[in-house]
Amino acid sequence: MKPAPFAYAKARSVAHAIELLATDDARLLAGGQSLIATLNMRLSQPALLVDINGISGLDRIALKNGGVEIGALVRHAQAERSAEIAQALPLIALALPQIGHPAIRNRGTIGGSLAFADPAAELPACVVALGGEIEIVGPHGQRTVKAEEFFKGLFETALTPREMLTAIRVPAATAASRVGFAEFARRHGDYATVGLAACAEADGKRLKNLRLAYFGVAETPVRARSAETALAEGDVEAAVGALADDLEPSDDIHASGAVKAHLAGVLLRRVARQLDQAPS
Amino acid sequence: MSERFHDIAVIVNGVELRERVDARKTLVDFLREDLALTGSHVGCEHGVCGACSVRVDGVVVRGCLMLAVQCDGARVDTIEGVADSDEITDLQQAFIARNALQCGYCTPGMLLAAQELLAHGGVPTREQIRAHLSGNYCRCTGYQAIVDAVEAVALARTGAKP
Repeated sequence: MKPAPFAYAKARSVAHAIELLATDDARLLAGGQSLIATLNMRLSQPALLVDINGISGLDRIALKNGGVEIGALVRHAQAERSAEIAQALPLIALALPQIGHPAIRNRGTIGGSLAFADPAAELPACVVALGGEIEIVGPHGQRTVKAEEFFKGLFETALTPREMLTAIRVPAATAASRVGFAEFARRHGDYATVGLAACAEADGKRLKNLRLAYFGVAETPVRARSAETALAEGDVEAAVGALADDLEPSDDIHASGAVKAHLAGVLLRRVARQLDQAPS
Repeated sequence: MSERFHDIAVIVNGVELRERVDARKTLVDFLREDLALTGSHVGCEHGVCGACSVRVDGVVVRGCLMLAVQCDGARVDTIEGVADSDEITDLQQAFIARNALQCGYCTPGMLLAAQELLAHGGVPTREQIRAHLSGNYCRCTGYQAIVDAVEAVALARTGAKP
């Protein structure tokens, strides 16, 4: 199908984008790898598309105060090649090759995948697992939202229609950091049926500050807090058992809830092995 | 300006063009309908199949997930331009030699995706070839012959013996 008619404007700056977003029924266009598909299928029919691709300064990856700031327009392929991300964000480095296909990663943006908030997408879960923050600019200025409070529901975030995500900030890994990432998808690069992003700090033989963020099992990324407690104690099978308290996956077109619950346990065992190893 | 129709300046296969486009027109529809460059195919129209792959400013993108109006100031290369430049002649020959196509619908996208991988240099593993082509559907070949062809070209380009 073809998109319904809309007007198009190219934003020159973040301030200009916010100004343009004051129009009723305006939508931001970043990489467009989800938005244009929904336009083509007429699932979305905005009056105005505000193209932010030309705004300079939003495509930077910077190490700042023990954290990494990733600009909203950083493309997945650019992040994959980034030495800063490879070194300071090993979890995101593990997840990136699983996001879409090369041609999608050439165009899709980090900010776009967070703002779109597909429940089966990799990056929202990674940012929740890492305890990241989302930088937002709107008509009333700038604000920062914790990743766990950013994802509100199915394709729903803390962003209002008049606001724009400008960057994410994530704590950089240290020598004690341990990460794990695994997903099950029918075809490499497709949205996951179930996936798991995890990070922790090694504390002797144990793990502390363990955070397990599942995706593809609910309307938003979900922390598996009971499993976190069990796994931090070193008991993988107890953690797998505890998932029953943490997750209630419902059926979707890819798999039944029961299959997803089973896969969640399979992925937890794989990720537990990764968490035991220091990054190479 | 928040308008529906826009004038764009774009370089397509090395030719500078000025065109007026409706904002809602995707890049692949612009290439096919306005410029009669029908080598880029329209498959799923939502980014899954890869038949519409084209290069924009040197990187392969989905022609159905980018708007023509966004290509103002960009360089677009389609399979017609890339094939005419002789950049992928060896790859095209390998596809023919190994029966890596039947109906040919996926082939332009497959060639562009494969060339992007091969341009990194070296000889990718079969796993890496499969991962790189994972976004391009082929419903005829079963992929085996395509992977064979890409692998053969990688070996030939690096001077390695198969």
